[in-house]
Amino acid sequence: MTINQSGWKPTAPAGRGDAAGATFTGNKALMLEEPLIFEIGDDQTTGVDFAVGDVAGSRLGGLSRKDPIGLPGLSEPETVRHYTRLSRQNYAIDLGLFPLGSCTMKHNPRLNEKMARLPGFADVHPLQPIDTVQGALEVIHQLAHWLVTLTGMHSVAMSPKAGAHGELCGILAIKAALEKRGEGHRKVILVPESAHGTNPATAAFAGFSVEDIPATAEGRVDTAALTARLGPDVAGVMITNPNTCGLFERDLKAISDAVHAAGGYVYCDGANFNAIVGRVRPGDLGVDAMHINLHKTFSTPHGGGGPGSGPVVFSEALTPFAPLPFVERDGDQFRLVEEENAEEHHADSFGRMVAFHGQMGMFTRALTYILSHGADGLRQVAEDAVLNANYVLRRLEDTLDAPFADSGPCMHEAIFSDRGLAPGFSTIDVAKALIDEGYHPMTMYFPLVVHGAMLVEPTETESKAALDQFIGALRSVAERAKAGDEALKTAPHFAPRARLDETLAARKPVLVWKPKVAEAQAAE
Amino acid sequence: MSRYFTEDHEWIEVEGQTGTVGISDYAQGQLGDIVFVEAPDSGRSLSKGDEAAVVESVKAASDVYAPVSGTVTEGNPALADEPSLVNSDPEGEGWFFKLTLSDPSELEALMDETAYAAFVAKL
Amino acid sequence: MRYLPLTPADRSDMLAVIGASTIDDLFVDVPESARLDGPVRDLPLHASELAVERHMTALARRNTVAGEVPFFLGAGAYRHHVPASVDHLIQRGEFLTAYTPYQPEIAQGTLQMLFEFQTQVARLLGTDVANASMYDGSTACWEAIGMARRITRRGKALLSSGLHPHYVSVAKTMARYTGDLLATGAPALTAKTDVDQLIAAIDADTSCVVVQYPDILGRVADLTPLAEACQTNKALLIAVVTEPVALGALRAPGEMGADIVVGEGQSLGVGLQFGGPYVGLFGCKDKYVRQMPGRLCGETVDADGRRGFVLTLSTREQHIRREKATSNICTNSGLCALAFSIHMTLLGEAGLRGLAGINHATACRAADRLARVPGVRVVNEAFFNEFTLDLGQEARPVVRTLAERGVLAGVSLGRLYPGEAALENGLVVAVTETVTDEDIEALATALTEVLA
Repeated sequence: MTINQSGWKPTAPAGRGDAAGATFTGNKALMLEEPLIFEIGDDQTTGVDFAVGDVAGSRLGGLSRKDPIGLPGLSEPETVRHYTRLSRQNYAIDLGLFPLGSCTMKHNPRLNEKMARLPGFADVHPLQPIDTVQGALEVIHQLAHWLVTLTGMHSVAMSPKAGAHGELCGILAIKAALEKRGEGHRKVILVPESAHGTNPATAAFAGFSVEDIPATAEGRVDTAALTARLGPDVAGVMITNPNTCGLFERDLKAISDAVHAAGGYVYCDGANFNAIVGRVRPGDLGVDAMHINLHKTFSTPHGGGGPGSGPVVFSEALTPFAPLPFVERDGDQFRLVEEENAEEHHADSFGRMVAFHGQMGMFTRALTYILSHGADGLRQVAEDAVLNANYVLRRLEDTLDAPFADSGPCMHEAIFSDRGLAPGFSTIDVAKALIDEGYHPMTMYFPLVVHGAMLVEPTETESKAALDQFIGALRSVAERAKAGDEALKTAPHFAPRARLDETLAARKPVLVWKPKVAEAQAAE
Repeated sequence: MSRYFTEDHEWIEVEGQTGTVGISDYAQGQLGDIVFVEAPDSGRSLSKGDEAAVVESVKAASDVYAPVSGTVTEGNPALADEPSLVNSDPEGEGWFFKLTLSDPSELEALMDETAYAAFVAKL
Repeated sequence: MRYLPLTPADRSDMLAVIGASTIDDLFVDVPESARLDGPVRDLPLHASELAVERHMTALARRNTVAGEVPFFLGAGAYRHHVPASVDHLIQRGEFLTAYTPYQPEIAQGTLQMLFEFQTQVARLLGTDVANASMYDGSTACWEAIGMARRITRRGKALLSSGLHPHYVSVAKTMARYTGDLLATGAPALTAKTDVDQLIAAIDADTSCVVVQYPDILGRVADLTPLAEACQTNKALLIAVVTEPVALGALRAPGEMGADIVVGEGQSLGVGLQFGGPYVGLFGCKDKYVRQMPGRLCGETVDADGRRGFVLTLSTREQHIRREKATSNICTNSGLCALAFSIHMTLLGEAGLRGLAGINHATACRAADRLARVPGVRVVNEAFFNEFTLDLGQEARPVVRTLAERGVLAGVSLGRLYPGEAALENGLVVAVTETVTDEDIEALATALTEVLA
């Protein structure tokens, strides 16, 4: 079988014994327990009032819903309390440094939120006549212009709904371009083994077979191996730059040249664009398509898991294949190019990827952010992001094993391994102890090319004081892990929950709430 | 009855023409708690080295390869309710599937118990 | 700059610690030819909040705001009243600026909310389980078609002519790469849906039948016979719901036998926003759960025996399964799912039924009034809060003229199906609780004038 390379061997968590001083409520001062809405709401209560009107006449075609749906309601005060209490069980950027590698957890400016909520943006329907939405179309156009100019590319597809969706967009454009050239037989996509899982998943969906290219001891893709593999069956390469080890792929231009010479295309995963925005343009490195995560580099909020937005910038070669719809300027008017008017000038578009036009709410936020920073501010963003990551790297490399520290600077993120931790101790123990120190852990066990990887991306919105405190905390936890401090095994101790049994959750999935059959059974 | 091992940490126990296949104790230790096993359907014909089954922990999914060629006769029904058998008894009750061997000479290329133990010691 | 805390003194201190003399030393791996020597040209420099506000406000003012005019657009996105507390709650920093709950000990807020959301969605759609949301209804729809292919190992999907044309277009795009054969067609301007034609077309090669409920013309039909026909042929029935408020009044597709039910949750908690971000709903039968794409939240216990929640069945997903994943999807639509869930909690069963009742009653009043406009015929016999009018003349220019007069009359079928002559007189009109009798009268009056 394929051996699990990451070093992560999850097991059910060990019990910690009785908590000291149990309370009646189960609460611990400001740490408040909160039941499910199904346990406190009922089917008659509602927190919304309606104007009572006539409900005469029914034209529902005999399809009235008779049986109870099973939806609990709460009054407004109870609702506010329920969700406020839930929110307090979450870590967030607003609370502290969030060192997740390749996630770019930077501050989410509130001006973004204010602008997105202007009625002229928030209360506009996507299918309104074009003359009534010129301002919205201009927002999309302006943002598109910024993205194309910052990246040095030729055009941009704004409609993909998230980064992975953007990857799909880029790969489908490449596939369409190959088919147009009569080269649909090119079935292989080369992907560095350090790549994020979305890369091979995307390529496989589009019908390509994926071949891994190993990394060198210096943490970069093995250029010789890559170029040696190029040939008439290779459609292209998906490369992340800076890569998932936080390093700039120095050979990217040479790789692009070789891929193009062999008839292929270069897809760049732009998740790490924060390291180079305003300092390097991917277009200058021969990239044909690159997705940009607006929720990473351009500060739109992560929202507990989404929504994201993943526009894709294209080279001139791929521009004809870009998906619908997109915004075009026509004199001083803007228009949407959709299926009906695509025939004329965009007949090679590979088609529509999503209903309507894309994540408009994220466009207004990102444009607000971009206008705030400007070209000079964005360049400073990359510089401070890189500075902060290098500072973390150099201040911790004596404590934690940093496999690439000797080969030069890192970019916006620093990577450490679990080498040197006491036997039986792993990255997860460092991570869970970091929670007790008041931080969300760094990215763990990714990329797979570093054993027990710890990937730290502080971002540019951390002050030096915040960095110093984080470094101190990580140093302390690392020392304890190296010394084999058993308390780490049962960390976190101070979080709203102790380690959770993910094994049980996967073996016996409970995905919806069901009323308890008998309390008595549980009491046995 | 004889037991053979592959370098990919599968074992096969052969009795006559029937082989029982599972993963080694070393392999289960590397995965952590097993939560799910996807065994091949009975009747499926496998060539040596084919992806035959998938074994999942919470954080990883690993392919299990056919150590020899043959036709699957059954997957282990106990694993649906108790995937933990792969952790607690990987080389016994935690077997994955049985197959009828089509080419017993393929066994010659595999390791015996002693050779496998030496192989693992060097990892 | 207000978002950058480092001072010049900090920067030089840190460079000294690193052992670099300038910031350029840290960019040494960038080839010289690719180094930009200064800020990217042709782009403005930084701006104050005040300046940015002015710029964005000016752009916002150039759009016609739905709430300021008589407004009747639907066709996959609906204007409903969102209670004030929803927006306040989703802007709490612990929700807004939280990450995906991969570290469950400090993400129980998000995880419990997702568990509640999954349960609400499953109950609303009438399915056994639901996931933690997809990007939107259209991507949920094509993912469902892919899921049906994996389960049935067949490649022919029948798409109802009543499926939203954008959803059809998305499915067609994706089918180019999956090799699925899609049978599709434009709808007819009749009261009856195409359920009977679909039943007749199912055969042993059919992976799934995809039907929208209510459909693009607002029509509703009993899906039970269709579900039975699918079952007989071992095909899956996928129902698509673009207006979830309808399920406060109509029987749920899951109840009628649909195997997979997907939808667009935008109506609840999430405003129109010119098309996104929205929230895809995805539910299915228990037996298919391992084939379902997207994130899933499950219940478990912690080391102290307390109930908690975690993301689970992750081995379906791209970050583990890579090229064998059920989808490449990474994010869900977290904050929008939260908004949906809060709105649903505020409504509750009684509130949702009440809201649905008002939508339907208002739509009935509007249909009756518009039927009295000379030349206008209401196509639907049955509908929820959206119906189609036959104007007797081309609808698209009528919509434009009405817009110039400050009435947003609905979505013309010419806009949705350009080039389909048989549909060009059709206008899809949505009527929610936000529509007043004055609005209805304004539309009827303006329509009467324009059609004359």
